[in-house]
Order: sequence, then structure tokens, then C-alpha cells
Amino acid sequence: MANEIIKEQINKEYEWGWSFDIEAETAPKGLNEEIIRFISYKKNEPDWLLDFRLKAFRYWKEMSHPNWAHLKFEIPHFQDIIYYAAPKKKNISSLDEVDPEILKMFERLGIPLEEQKILAGVTPNIAIDAVLDSVSVKTTFREVLAEKGIIFCSFSEAVQNHPDLVKKYLGSVVPYTDNFYAALNSAVFSDGSFCYIPKGVRCPMELSTYFRINTAGTGQFERTLIIADEESYVSYLEGCTAPRRDENQLHAAVVEIVAHRNAEVKYSTVQNWYPGDKEGKGGVFNFVTKRGICLEDNSKISWTQVETGSAITWKYPSVILKGNNSVGEFYSIALTNNYQQADTGTKMIHIGKNTRSTIVSKGIAAGFSENNYRGLVQIRKGASNARNYTQCDSLLLSDKCGAHTFPYIEVKDTTAIVEHEATTGKISEEQLFYCQQRGIDKEKAVSIIVNGYCKDILNKLPMEFAVEAQKLLEISLEGSVG
Amino acid sequence: MSLLSIKNLHVTVDGNDILKGINLDINSGEIHAIMGPNGSGKSTLSYVLAGKEGYEVTEGEIIFNGKNILELSPEDRAREGIFLAFQYPVEIPGVNNIQFLRTALNSIRQYKGLEPIEASDFLKLVKEKQKDLDLPANLINRSLNDGFSGGEKKKNEIFQLSVLNPLLAVLDETDSGLDIDALKIVAQGVNRYHNKDNAVLVITHYQRLLEYIVPDYVHILYKGKIIKSGDKTLALELEKSGYEAFKVEI
Repeated sequence: MANEIIKEQINKEYEWGWSFDIEAETAPKGLNEEIIRFISYKKNEPDWLLDFRLKAFRYWKEMSHPNWAHLKFEIPHFQDIIYYAAPKKKNISSLDEVDPEILKMFERLGIPLEEQKILAGVTPNIAIDAVLDSVSVKTTFREVLAEKGIIFCSFSEAVQNHPDLVKKYLGSVVPYTDNFYAALNSAVFSDGSFCYIPKGVRCPMELSTYFRINTAGTGQFERTLIIADEESYVSYLEGCTAPRRDENQLHAAVVEIVAHRNAEVKYSTVQNWYPGDKEGKGGVFNFVTKRGICLEDNSKISWTQVETGSAITWKYPSVILKGNNSVGEFYSIALTNNYQQADTGTKMIHIGKNTRSTIVSKGIAAGFSENNYRGLVQIRKGASNARNYTQCDSLLLSDKCGAHTFPYIEVKDTTAIVEHEATTGKISEEQLFYCQQRGIDKEKAVSIIVNGYCKDILNKLPMEFAVEAQKLLEISLEGSVG
Repeated sequence: MSLLSIKNLHVTVDGNDILKGINLDINSGEIHAIMGPNGSGKSTLSYVLAGKEGYEVTEGEIIFNGKNILELSPEDRAREGIFLAFQYPVEIPGVNNIQFLRTALNSIRQYKGLEPIEASDFLKLVKEKQKDLDLPANLINRSLNDGFSGGEKKKNEIFQLSVLNPLLAVLDETDSGLDIDALKIVAQGVNRYHNKDNAVLVITHYQRLLEYIVPDYVHILYKGKIIKSGDKTLALELEKSGYEAFKVEI
């Protein structure tokens, strides 16, 4: 009986650690211009895109790996990574048909890819783009969205069907020269999601991308581009899992968001890549560049992230507040356990007048983990009456973990008001005992208290995601109580 | 057989002897009061019953409902039916008051091999008890004790008591910080909870609370020992003459 319980606990650690046997077509290991041409050829890309990739690659080759983060890891061996893996299509008569094995896999992940499962006459509340390894395998509810003029499809399809939009916006928020991993991504990205909301349209359902790494030895380099035209609104969700593998897998994505006049984009992430085992072996390197631009007046971009997975999380979802009266928000929960490391935060770049930004970050460190908040608030000259409020809270659950806060504040306009609050705390013995006295065991008590600590941010998530995120926090905390 | 039987209980905290040989038997259906001056060991006794860390039992035993509870974790003692109404209820920000109570109730039910309570049944139960205690409706949606007034916190403890319905309720200075109206409501809550199958142990400085929760037995705790036991008149006597008068009897 005891063995059963132990086994159950171990299996529970990372529920998504299995892999399916899906035959994949992969490129040979390593990175050179040939590989990039191969990817571009496989995707039947126009010349300008191949050109973009090659420029990025040549730029990347000259760059050195950044070392400023408060992270310890071995730099990935870029020549040992497979840069392209696509599930092989078998017996597929129409393009819309997806390999039943893949459907099964996503079903096990709890991601419904079969539209008919939704009751007739009921408006679905979520449309999904499923990305497996390097390619998008299925986008649901495309037709429903198309009626409103919304484009939601895989990045590859967007390149084929909406090349003008892609060409106009690709790299406009995150140029390939931006940083080491953005350059790498620009050279080798294989797929991702594309979303365009036309003028005056409120997207009637949540749009979601679900990323899954399946094939061993692959990196995942997806590219997401979201364009919200004037007066439009969209709420976008992103979720991810990966099999349990002993080696570190690299995930280096780029997400670009453009919000036009009066447009609003809400981007929510629940990141649950494989975190590695208890000794810190394996796990995903989550090195991602996410940035949005409030291009025109009165636009708003809001990032909400719940980061529980990955061996290393290294990302700063940011907002460039260019339009006057534009608003940027960043709400973050980063939980690290065992030997996980996180260096995450945001950048709010105030350029327009009367721009406002809010940053609320909750870092929770357990085990031997390292949890860092790093954030930049920049008020440029001429950004009159800019306003920022930052709150950074850290919660330490063990005496072997670390929490650090690195706030950077640059103010070049005297009318700006910038506030920064920070706290560091522990769960008190009194709180734990109180819960236990009510019949709740210690582990559950910790997860209840942590969930309470994160409540303000969990409330920012769409309903279904909030429930999932709460469960994830609980699972991620398992074994964190001595 | 008594519901709770404490025999020759010796407890040290940080190497200091706090309880020095307590003997106490409580039967189902009874209300006991323990009175004593500051530092006599009253709160220590309640924490030892509940199993708080740092309270070391060096001698003696505590048998509850036929089980030696000294071997049990705090949560298992709670699940066996020991409830402690805290003198200073802890604030847990962001944790919904009612969700917390439901989690607690279901943890106890699970221990007893029962299914989790149906959401509708739980709501019914909560509404009923909330009305009994004159708790504001919005208390249900607030965070656990977060920003509650002193009186609200104490009421909330009794609210939890009435929902969880344990075998033994230990009230640790529940009257402290309560005005007379709140005191009456809290006492009514305890009386409503009390029946022939459960027991109440009231720990207090003052006789006042015992006017509303009438004890069958009163014990005077002094320097870690029960120096005198009697019926409810003992509390009145104590109120009149103070602890000093009893000290000489040792």
C-alpha cells in the first residue's frame, strides 16, 4: 500500500512526461545555411522570408551568448539540436485530416481538437491551434472566426495565405537583431500561430495555442504574431507541455503583438514545460522573447503568466507604450522547485504621453531553486505624465532556495510617477498549524496558502485557465514541504 | 469511558517545564472550564491537545476517544474530532473563507472514509450556521480572517466549529476582545453546538463567559498543575477572592 502511494506521488510529479510514438520527419542535427534553406523549402516559403532567415542566421553567428542573467547552466550545444521535426502524414486524404495518433495524444493532454465534440448551437468559448514539435497540426473553429473576418491559423499557413500581413509585421516588434535567442528563432522558426483581428471586431472566443514537444533531441522555435487592428479585442492563451527526458530541450520562441488605436490584447500563458527531475537533470530551457507594442493611441496590452515548468525560465514579456494614453500590464506568478531556475520579469517602455503601466510579480521559491525578478521601467523623454506601479513579492518555502529582485528604473521625464514596492516573506508556522488544526495536511496547506498569495494574478486569467493554473501550482509544490 | 483522558501530563517548551502533571477526564455531554492566571499553562494545554510543534510531552498520556493521540499529527487529531478555537486566529490572505472551510470539512470526511460533501448541501449548511451566528453575508467571500475585526475572527472560529461539528471543542480564551453582544452570540453558538455526544473545554481568565456557557466542572490551573476542581460555583468563588486565595491551598 505504501509503495502504491509513493508510486502515485512520483507519477504525479509531472503528469505530462510521457511521449507518443508518432513518426516524425526530422532534419539532420545541427545548424547551417543548408538547414535553414531546408526548413524554408519544406514550408514552401517566399524568397523574402528565406532572406529574413538567412540574415538572422548570419547575424546570430557573430553574436556571443549572453551571460548577464542570474542563471547557471551549460550553454546549449547548438550543433546537437534537431531544428525541424514534423509528424509524418499517413494515409491522409484531405489536408484537414489529422493523424488519429496525434488526436489521441492531444486528447490525453486534455486539448480537444475535434470540433464536433462541442454541442450544436452552443458558441464554443475557445479555439485552439495545436503545435506539435515544429509544426501546427490543427487549428479549430477557423470557419466560425472567419465569419467575423478573424484570421487564426498556423504561422506557415499565414505565410502562404496572408503574406502581406506577415511581411508587414514580422520582426516589427522583435527584430532579429534584438537578442541572441530572438536571432536564432528568426533563423530557424518552424511554425507557430498567427492571429489577425480586423477593425472593430471583438473576438467572440478565447484563442489558444497549445505547444507540445514530442520528438527527442528537438528544439522548439515557434513564432507567434498577433495583430489587433483598430478598436478590436482579443484574449489569447498559451499552454505547453513536454515529455520527461534526461537531456535539456531548448524552447526559444518569439511572440510579437501589435495593438492599433483603441485595440486591446490580453495574452495569458500557463507554462508547464518539463522541469527536470528532483536532482535537476533534464528539463526544458525556456528562453523566450515576448513583446508587444501599443502602436497607437488608447491601446492596451496585458501579459499574464503562470510559470511553473522548465528547468530554466528566462523571459521578459514586455510592452512598448508608443501610443498616447496606452496601457501596459504584466502579471506574473513564477514558481520554482527542486533545482529549477527563473530569471523573469518585464520591460515597460514609456514613449507616448499619459502612458500607464502596472507590474505585479509573485515569485515562489522552494527546494534548491533560484527565483529572480528582473524588470525595466523606462520613461523616455517626452513621455509626459507617464505612470508606473510595480509590486514584486517573493515567497520562500525552504532555506536552500533563493529569491532576488533586480529592478531597473530609468526616468528621463520629470512629470513621471514611478512606484516600486517589494516584499519577501515565508509561510509562517502559525498559518500552517492553523490549517492543520482544521484537518488539512501540511502539503495541502502550503498549496492553499500559495494559491491565496497568487490569487490577485490567478483572477486575471480566463476561468478555465485559472482552474488549471491552480492545480499546476499545487502539483509543482509537491515534495516542497519537509 | 471518557472522551478525553489526560493522565499525569508533563510538558516542556524550550526546556522549561510548563505543565507538571495534569490529570483531567472529560466525558461526552460535559462542559469543563479551566481557569488560571497568566502563565499558568492554559494555552499550552490547548496546544498540546492540538499537537503543535515545540511542545514536548516528557511524561504522561492523552487518550482521546480511545486513541493515544500523542502519536498523531495535528491534522489527524483534528480529523479524530479535536477542534481548537484559537485565541488569535491566523490571517491567510487570498484564501477564501468558505473554500477553506470546505477543504477542511472534506479532509475530515475523507479521513473517515466519507465522500466529499455535495456543493449544495455544503452551501445549505453554511447558510444555516452563518445565520445562527449573525455573521455578515460578505464574510463568506472574504479572505480567511484577513482584515476581520477581533469580534469577527472569534465568531468565525465558532462558525467553523459549528460547520465541522467535532467531538471536542477547546475554546482558548474565546472571550478575550469580545464586547458583550458578541460574547452572547459566540456563547449561543457554542451552546447550540453542544449536545450529549460531544464535549466543550473552555479556557478563560474570567467568569464572565461562564455565565453564558455554563460549565459542569471548573478547574483551577496554577503553575502547571490543577490545584482545585469543583462545580460552577468555584468560578464565582474565584472571581470574588482572586487566584491568590487558592495559592495557599497548595
